[in-house]
Amino acid sequence: MTTKPSMKAFTEQVTELPPGLSPVDNYAGERLMTSPFHERQAALNLRDSWEAWNGYKFANHYYDVEYEYICIRNLCGTYDITPMQKYLIEGPDAEAMLNRMVTRDVNKLKVGRVTYCCWCTDEGRMIDDGTIFKLDEGRYMLTSGSPSNAWLRMAAFGFENVTYVDKTDDIGALSFQGPMTCEVLKKMGFEGIDTLKPFGIMHFPFAGDTIMISRTGFTGDLGYELWITADKGLELWDALYEAGADYGIQPYGEAATSMARLEAGFILPYVEFAESLKTVHFKHDQTPFELGLGWLVDFKKPHFSGRAALLEEKKRGPGYVLTKIEIEGNKPAEESHLYRDKACRKEIGWVTSAMWSPVVKSNIALAMIQPKYLSGDIWAEISYKKEMKPRWKIAKCTVVDKPFYTPARAKATPPPKF
Amino acid sequence: MAGSSYDALVIGAGHNGLACAAILAKAGQKTLILEANETAGGLAGTREFTAGFSAPMAHSAAALPKTMIDELKLSSYGLEVGPALETVGLSEDGQHVHVIGDTVTGATDADAAAYPEYRAKLQRYAKVLKPIWEATLPRIGASSLKEALIYAQGALKMRMLGKEDMSEFLRILTLPMRDLVDEVFEDPKLQAVLSWDGLIGSKMAPRSPNNAVLPMLLRLGGVHGGDHMVPKGGMGAITKALLAAAQKQGVEVRFGAPIKKVIVEGSEAGQKATGVELVNGEIISAPKVISSADPKTTFFDLVGAPAFDVQFASRIKRLRAQGYVARFNAALSGLPDVPGLDGLSGRYIIAPSFDAIEFAFDDAKYGDASQHPVMEVTFPSVHDASLAPEGKHVLSAHVMYAPHDERSDWSHDARIRFTKAIGDALERHMPGIGSLIIQAELLTPKDIAADYHVAGGHWHHGEMALDQMLMMRPTYHAAQYSTPLQGLYLCGAGTHPGGGITGLPGRNAARQILR
Ligand SMILES: Cc1cc2nc3c(=O)[nH]c(=O)nc-3n(C[C@H](O)[C@H](O)[C@H](O)COP(=O)(O)OP(=O)(O)OC[C@H]3O[C@@H](n4cnc5c(N)ncnc54)[C@H](O)[C@@H]3O)c2cc1C
Repeated sequence: MTTKPSMKAFTEQVTELPPGLSPVDNYAGERLMTSPFHERQAALNLRDSWEAWNGYKFANHYYDVEYEYICIRNLCGTYDITPMQKYLIEGPDAEAMLNRMVTRDVNKLKVGRVTYCCWCTDEGRMIDDGTIFKLDEGRYMLTSGSPSNAWLRMAAFGFENVTYVDKTDDIGALSFQGPMTCEVLKKMGFEGIDTLKPFGIMHFPFAGDTIMISRTGFTGDLGYELWITADKGLELWDALYEAGADYGIQPYGEAATSMARLEAGFILPYVEFAESLKTVHFKHDQTPFELGLGWLVDFKKPHFSGRAALLEEKKRGPGYVLTKIEIEGNKPAEESHLYRDKACRKEIGWVTSAMWSPVVKSNIALAMIQPKYLSGDIWAEISYKKEMKPRWKIAKCTVVDKPFYTPARAKATPPPKF
Repeated sequence: MAGSSYDALVIGAGHNGLACAAILAKAGQKTLILEANETAGGLAGTREFTAGFSAPMAHSAAALPKTMIDELKLSSYGLEVGPALETVGLSEDGQHVHVIGDTVTGATDADAAAYPEYRAKLQRYAKVLKPIWEATLPRIGASSLKEALIYAQGALKMRMLGKEDMSEFLRILTLPMRDLVDEVFEDPKLQAVLSWDGLIGSKMAPRSPNNAVLPMLLRLGGVHGGDHMVPKGGMGAITKALLAAAQKQGVEVRFGAPIKKVIVEGSEAGQKATGVELVNGEIISAPKVISSADPKTTFFDLVGAPAFDVQFASRIKRLRAQGYVARFNAALSGLPDVPGLDGLSGRYIIAPSFDAIEFAFDDAKYGDASQHPVMEVTFPSVHDASLAPEGKHVLSAHVMYAPHDERSDWSHDARIRFTKAIGDALERHMPGIGSLIIQAELLTPKDIAADYHVAGGHWHHGEMALDQMLMMRPTYHAAQYSTPLQGLYLCGAGTHPGGGITGLPGRNAARQILR
């Protein structure tokens, strides 16, 4: 039997608190959670530039966005992906369940490999994208940008032998990206890490525990993602930063990530796509075909959720397709409308993300464009400001087929030494 | 499909399965019905509940339309429509309320005077809906002219009501039963009797919102415009005629052939139903598998949720299909002598008022069987002497409310308690009946679910509520008798227009499949 604390005990407790601090945090449930790496990251966040992702406090940038970006491209950096949702999906039916849920064929995934995937509503509209890690036969980790508990629960209904557990808070995860990363990991003693192929997984003993390292990332460059039990987070951080000190290791935040991923041609939720379950208006969400992710949709599978609708969409052809374009000049075409003619009479699309790319040395963008106009002229109407004065210009656009930035080292195994 | 000798397999020889198969076979489809039980009829079949005594499950028919009888020429297979039954609101003091045709007796003069107009009004509205019940309702968003015409037809009929009447029609459509009835009538027993047909079979009481009127109007579409009927020779005649009609068209029927699963084959071209596997392991192939089992049983037990899209499966999972009506069968050594009644060929309601029904419902809402159940009683042996040994009789009662998910999972005690409550109510209204009972049987919805393979033991294979009716029955993407699984169709009470003995789901399905 538990005894109720007496009022006396309660007031004693209060007097022990520092003066001015209420014993009860009225906002406890509202406060952002902190990741296992927070202590170190907070110390390095010179700009106190924090945002929220899935209830976690996480950095927009630490010091300077451009500097962090340059570290990713030339040295190495860490990006805290702990807030990314991680689910352990296990059981004899795990593969079948995932195969029913995602558009890709999970059958083809081998143990120790990772695959990028997306899942859709019955209407074939994209709910989220993520990665599936095949940890073992009948044992997978699924990651997603937004919480997917509700969808997993629905998708698992009807499978008797599958469990899914939200591991988000139990696993600390760091995305470690840049040309120096392999060197740093080798220096840490992860022997054989240089043999790890893109989308491969390796496990190493670390701090009396096991660290999982996957050769994955969101920058289009050489990089790894490190997965560790949450309470070993700081040990990992310290070891990594010690080994990386000579290699210019630097934490980077959301802003630098967004630049790197655009160069790699990757999409972001609420920038390129609206999560279907959260849109209010009909068709304000997208199909994988609209997002240029048709290659993720495997119609050879007899069934997956949304298959019938996606087959229709494929036959009909999407109304807009996400397209990579280069724009003349150097004014980023942020939020630009696109036209078929220089006179801007016939609108054919809009820009979703744009930047001047320092590595490609080009003015790049992702844009939604009506496919029938892709072969003709495309013009962007760019608004910008010169010392606060609004200006605009019309610039010619060229369609690009390949990701803007694809360094050979990203795919090389072993990666080139430095 | 190569190697299969049937064009169509129908799961279940309930009345809808039989109607569907008969029409398919008439159109030249080689059709086989597979029925788990040893006899035909399903929830409209007859059960021997104790040696020598049988009772029909559905003990009277209100909604069976004339078009159905004619289309399948059921008269030539021995179906003879019986006269309208009187519905009687029983009173402990013998002052019963009688309703038949346009006549109400035993209530106030004002009630009696108001009834013909009330009935005529509802019949006009029932007529408006007739083309809707008898058609496949187009998918939401469908735009073919032919499909649009189905709605247009309904709309036109509605316009023909005249402006006043049309507005009134739209006004009453979504009323709870209590509001519909107590605007017009004052006698508590009459009120209860007139609300009964809007409620029975559903998880609804007089005050429940969500459309009791629509299903009631469906029942008004039957041969006697809403009055119940038992065919000559008893309820069994309906199943007998349907079975004979189907067999005459060449339908093969196999009894004692429970299906374990629908076989689904997948390829790069997608997946489709290609046949069934029986519990005994036998495999029978056909390009069309048509299930008269309820939607949950069909989609989940026979096919399996994983074969469907996530949201579709989730909608089927959420279908409200928990039965709330129990069945009480009693073998009688003779007929009771009920004061104030002349013969026992009618339908007897034991529910003295709206509140009596509502309070009975309150218990059930929270998972208990009603402490003071309300019920509808008939004596089937009066219509069909073969149901009991000579001189003996059968009582059949539909008792509300008995939740499928009773709190104790229908423990022995709960069953005893409920049976006793039923016995008490019967004894109060039919003094001496207790001493006539030789043997009795209580079928809770759980028992009905087990014996008749219907999820939740629901009368109608799913609530008859606005969100589960019309082009939403059982849910969108399965409301046109076809399903998201190629080759799999539905034809039972879980589809439009719904439950009760109508044969319409079966017939509409067959027409749709033949299109
Ligand atoms: C107790 C009770 C009383 C009722 N009273 C009335 C009434 O008085 N008046 C009225 O109009 N309506 C009444 N109803 C409602 C009416 O009886 C039903 O709505 C109607 O009979 C349903 O017919 P159906 O053919 O669609 O389905 P069902 O009659 O349920 O037929 C489905 C058939 O499929 C078979 N089946 C299911 N699964 C399998 C399988 N795996 N393998 C093989 N076969 C399978 C079942 O055994 C069953 O025979 C009553 C219902 C109940 C439960």
